[in-house]
Amino acid sequence: MIPLDYYLILSALLFTFGVIGVVIRRNVIIVFMSIELMLNSVNLTLVGYSAYLGDPTGQMLVFFVIAVAAAEAAVGLGIVIALFRLRRTVNVDEINILKW
Amino acid sequence: MDFVDIIFVVFALIVVVSAFIVVFSRSIIRSAFSLLFTFFGVAGLYVLLNADFLAVTQVLIYVGGILILILFGVMLTTNVVSVEIKTGTLQTVPAAVIVAVLSGTIAGIFWFTEWHTAPAREGPTTKALGTLFMTDYLLPFEIASILLLVALIGAAMIARHERGTEGGR
Amino acid sequence: MESIQAILNNPYVFAALMALAPLLWILPYALFAIWFERKVSAHMQDRLGPMRTGGWHGWSQSIADLVKLLLKEDLIPAKSKHGLFMLAPYVVFVGSYAAYAVIPFTSAYVGSEINVGIFYFVAVSSLVVVGILMGAWSSNNKWSLFGAMRSAAQIVSYEIPGTLAILAVVMVVGSLSLQDIVRAQEGWFWNWFVFGKFPFLFIAFLIYFLCSLAEVNRTPFDIPEAESELVAGYHTEYSGMRFAMFYLAEYANMFAVSAVAVTLFFGGWQSPFGTFLSGPAWGVFWFLSKGMGFIFLQMWLRWTLPRLRVDQLMYVNWKVLMPFAFVNIIFVGLWMMIAQ
Repeated sequence: MIPLDYYLILSALLFTFGVIGVVIRRNVIIVFMSIELMLNSVNLTLVGYSAYLGDPTGQMLVFFVIAVAAAEAAVGLGIVIALFRLRRTVNVDEINILKW
Repeated sequence: MDFVDIIFVVFALIVVVSAFIVVFSRSIIRSAFSLLFTFFGVAGLYVLLNADFLAVTQVLIYVGGILILILFGVMLTTNVVSVEIKTGTLQTVPAAVIVAVLSGTIAGIFWFTEWHTAPAREGPTTKALGTLFMTDYLLPFEIASILLLVALIGAAMIARHERGTEGGR
Repeated sequence: MESIQAILNNPYVFAALMALAPLLWILPYALFAIWFERKVSAHMQDRLGPMRTGGWHGWSQSIADLVKLLLKEDLIPAKSKHGLFMLAPYVVFVGSYAAYAVIPFTSAYVGSEINVGIFYFVAVSSLVVVGILMGAWSSNNKWSLFGAMRSAAQIVSYEIPGTLAILAVVMVVGSLSLQDIVRAQEGWFWNWFVFGKFPFLFIAFLIYFLCSLAEVNRTPFDIPEAESELVAGYHTEYSGMRFAMFYLAEYANMFAVSAVAVTLFFGGWQSPFGTFLSGPAWGVFWFLSKGMGFIFLQMWLRWTLPRLRVDQLMYVNWKVLMPFAFVNIIFVGLWMMIAQ
């Protein structure tokens, strides 16, 4: 059987990619996809622990994460589309009307 | 090398390479379709971790729901003629520092901690999950369903194209 | 002989063979169905359809078409996104072929006996949507994009009442495995689930059937490829082998949803007459003939009904099928509770 560490390192790598995406990309949809990457990496960690502890509770948490991710995707993309309609751009550094 | 090990390596490679493309590709549509392979790779890893029901849920929700939403988002907000090249070179140095520190911390914690493990449970998980949903996790389950309903209505409200407002095209 | 036995005993070779087995059915079936669809449409419109190629009633017409498609030039539009354009037909086909992994052709053969079978079927069929969007966007053609947008909206919406209808059956059986669902319908044809918990599972069947039509883009839900408005929908720019792949995927998908309808509501591989002509080999016969019956039904509807408008399509889904599916589930649940 593959050691738990391998799964954990893999999910750390995935999380890192997500963070990089959020920090350096300007397109809000790519930022969004990077958030999904981070959520997936956390889920992978939870399922890994769940499998190696023989306890399904970790998988339960993943279900709730997925539910929240789905809600976030729907509302988030709704906001993105409404924003695009108003400002004709989806670059996060051009959307700065709240900046004082 | 065992067969399971090979499968693990294949899925891990799929996940890492496609996640890399998601983050660094210059074409947003390529990022979006690359996300498909990430989600599938993660679902494959769930199967290896003996979480069959969850793997199928991952495919259903992420590929069938969230990815389609993202694709719609991309298609509705991309000006087909304009080429998007900006990747934000401004914050590269602080970003590199932050990311290096963060990933080093996480990987270090993961690698140096002695995780105590129990023997893995084989077999289907559906029944165990269903029982947990209806007993210990009933309240979160109900709250999640209300959250989804609220999100559904909210998303429809936000994205709706209202007649007579300035925002029309 | 012995070496063949040894090769077959290798688990990986065996798994590969099991995975390829459905192709033995899909390829001849697709050739037959294409010819059959032409004949059915022709006879419904009081014509003869293909008569010349081959001998009797133009039986080799679809073989000739296949050869033509294989020999045609594979056109790739200059302004398309080449990689995605070339990948898309295969993604669509993978989506429809992956569904065959859990379809129980007979009591002895099912590609993968996993205990989340029907759930898996619902999940992988969503891959088709991604493939369609991929092909349409990369074609760089407005008709393709319109078709794909419609198709995605349609498939994603109709998945919901379809899944709720499936859920009613799952509640009655108490298992997600397709083999278990078939075994629960043992005996004569009145044990089939269309007649079970009358009329609730019958309503579930109607909802599932309508949703499956929408999921495979058949008339009256064929607005994604509406010839008269959108040229050919999402595969407008495709030609040659890649077009054939889309075509094959469509027919494979048609049989897959029919097979699931048969499995859930019409006893799967069970004989309709108790133990009469039952057994694994006859199981294949019953299963395939029931499935082909559904294929004929789909063709019949296609050449009889007009196409819905987009708003009518959404109306039917969200305001008719969805409430019915929900109420249906509640009633099935109540019945199960009272019967206990």
